[in-house]
Amino acid sequence: MSIFQAIRMALVSILSSKMRSFLTMLGIIIGVTSVTMLVSIAQGTSQSVTSKISDMGSTLLTCRITSDDVPDIKLDDLMTLEGKGSVSLVAPMLSSSVTAKGNDETYSTTIQGTTPEYLEIEGLSVADGRFFNEVDQEYKNYVCVIGTDVAENLFSTRNCVGNSIEVSGKKFLIIGVLTYSGSDTSGSKDDCIIIPFTTAQRLLKESDITQFYASATSSGTVDAAQQTLEAYLYDLTADEDSYSVYSETEVLDTMSSVTNTLSLMLGGIASISLLVGGIGIMNIMLVSVSERTREIGIRKSIGAKKRNILTQFLVEALTLSVIGGLIGLILGKIGIVAAAILMDSELSMSIPVALAAMGFSVVIGIVFGLYPASKAARLKPIEALRYE
Amino acid sequence: MPEDNEMITMRNISKTYVIGEEPLHVLKDVSLCVERSDFLAIIGPSGSGKSTLMNIIGCLDTPDEGEYLLDGQDVTTRSDNELSAIRNRKIGFIFQQFNLLGKLSALDNAALPLIYQGVLPREAKKRAAEALEKVGLADRMKHRPNELSGGQQQRVAIARALITNPALLLADEPTGNLDSKSGREIMGILHGLHAAGNTIVLITHDEKIASEAPKRVLIRDGVVTPYSDEEPKDATKKEGGVTA
Ligand SMILES: Nc1ncnc2c1ncn2[C@@H]1O[C@H](COP(=O)(O)OP(=O)(O)O)[C@@H](O)[C@H]1O
Ligand SMILES: [Mg+2]
Repeated sequence: MSIFQAIRMALVSILSSKMRSFLTMLGIIIGVTSVTMLVSIAQGTSQSVTSKISDMGSTLLTCRITSDDVPDIKLDDLMTLEGKGSVSLVAPMLSSSVTAKGNDETYSTTIQGTTPEYLEIEGLSVADGRFFNEVDQEYKNYVCVIGTDVAENLFSTRNCVGNSIEVSGKKFLIIGVLTYSGSDTSGSKDDCIIIPFTTAQRLLKESDITQFYASATSSGTVDAAQQTLEAYLYDLTADEDSYSVYSETEVLDTMSSVTNTLSLMLGGIASISLLVGGIGIMNIMLVSVSERTREIGIRKSIGAKKRNILTQFLVEALTLSVIGGLIGLILGKIGIVAAAILMDSELSMSIPVALAAMGFSVVIGIVFGLYPASKAARLKPIEALRYE
Repeated sequence: MPEDNEMITMRNISKTYVIGEEPLHVLKDVSLCVERSDFLAIIGPSGSGKSTLMNIIGCLDTPDEGEYLLDGQDVTTRSDNELSAIRNRKIGFIFQQFNLLGKLSALDNAALPLIYQGVLPREAKKRAAEALEKVGLADRMKHRPNELSGGQQQRVAIARALITNPALLLADEPTGNLDSKSGREIMGILHGLHAAGNTIVLITHDEKIASEAPKRVLIRDGVVTPYSDEEPKDATKKEGGVTA
């Protein structure tokens, strides 16, 4: 008997008992649908979290000199780092806690002296006015860009460009207000006064650079940039304990481990539903084979060999599981599209997960279809015929 | 050694079932000979072991003891798969319960033995259609068993039994589930087949039907004896409403 005849025979049998076929497929359909959907939602969520974090400037690297007895870094020397290897931009940082006065109010905050590149490195933007430029830098102008907290505390409004504040007895013209970031972590950019680096050197009577920021060319080259920076600092200090370079990918790693846990959890739930689906297939297969023992007896009595019976049941189980799996994939796809619209995010079906879910169902279908069938096929025809 | 002309040669066949502790000797030392083109009736009351004997003749079951040559071949030592092939090529079964596959049409049912021989479906169906025409079912080929009367179902079973041109036709109470008119039609077909040279073994508890067969043996409590005219009256008296 050829395989085509076996398939034809299986199709006849599947079509002639539609309810049983449907019930067998149902387990597979539910299992495959839920696994593909839940895993894709979990992956989509973790992707969107990761991409939100990387939007927040995951190319940022913070470098600090932690020891006093190392040579100074000069600004010109530091700037040679720009464009070196995977390092894109570099900005020095001089900061100090200060009390600022303005509009008859006082407010304690941080003053930060840096270069115009800092804006891009940190991924900041100016909501009102402008950031300082190379000219302000060159002429050591007393200009500042302030965060929204500073603006609101001193002027009760964010629209205070053109006003002045006084820090350490010097008057600074406010030329810009930063965009509200809403981040309430320490060192929030909403709570600071940013001035040109050269102005800060003069104001704070401090010329050494002990801290600077750098950006990598892309989020994928952060590690390489970190190595470049570490090599530069090691050349300078000859002591690897006297400096530190750290990146935000470390934060990113934490977040992605959180979302991975989420994926695992959802995947676990989905696997349980696949398992339950598998048990459903198993039940139906066991029942249908014992229901069909008499059929097996009749087939054997007119000349079917063990192999014929097994082929028939194998092809039946395969056909049912594959059709069920395909329906499950289609429903999963529909569910993913619907979830993407509801969650307003981009979701896509993971092909390996879909294949694994389907493979699992097919294996379950075959094993539990074949095991009782092979038992029945081994019966003496007369025993199978007598079976009620 | 059996003569070439013997289709069935059984010597000292025994079959015992053990139910609980009690052994039940269903066939005791049965010896039987059927020649080619014979039409033999095996008569006996219900529970006498007729079906058990037929199952052994038809290679559906194996004896515990004894020698059995079918068409000159020893079949007691064959594997399961070899027995399947023997049933497929040498034997045509006609059961009391018809034993058709409910999901298949009359045509597909009749064609099935050929499918298991590896005959292509088109050819198998062509021959099944011819066989169904022979038993008068040319207009019922697409019907499923539950759309056919008992007599028609039994004719489908006969078509299925004939399709492989078997050496031996085995009929176990073929009229047992039929009204007398259908029963007579089935017997008519069997007589026609015998006249055409087929070897037939008919099993029945019905004295009248048995009397149509040219050769008869009696089975009672698992013992086969030559048929004599006095005995069957007893046998039929013992027969209840239920037949195996
Ligand atoms: N598989 C079996 N297990 C136990 N007892 C059986 C089995 N098959 C038949 N028998 C017993 O063997 C006896 C003969 O049965 P059977 O050959 O079917 O009789 P008949 O066909 O003449 O009515 C009966 O008593 C029956 O109960
Ligand atoms: Mg019987």
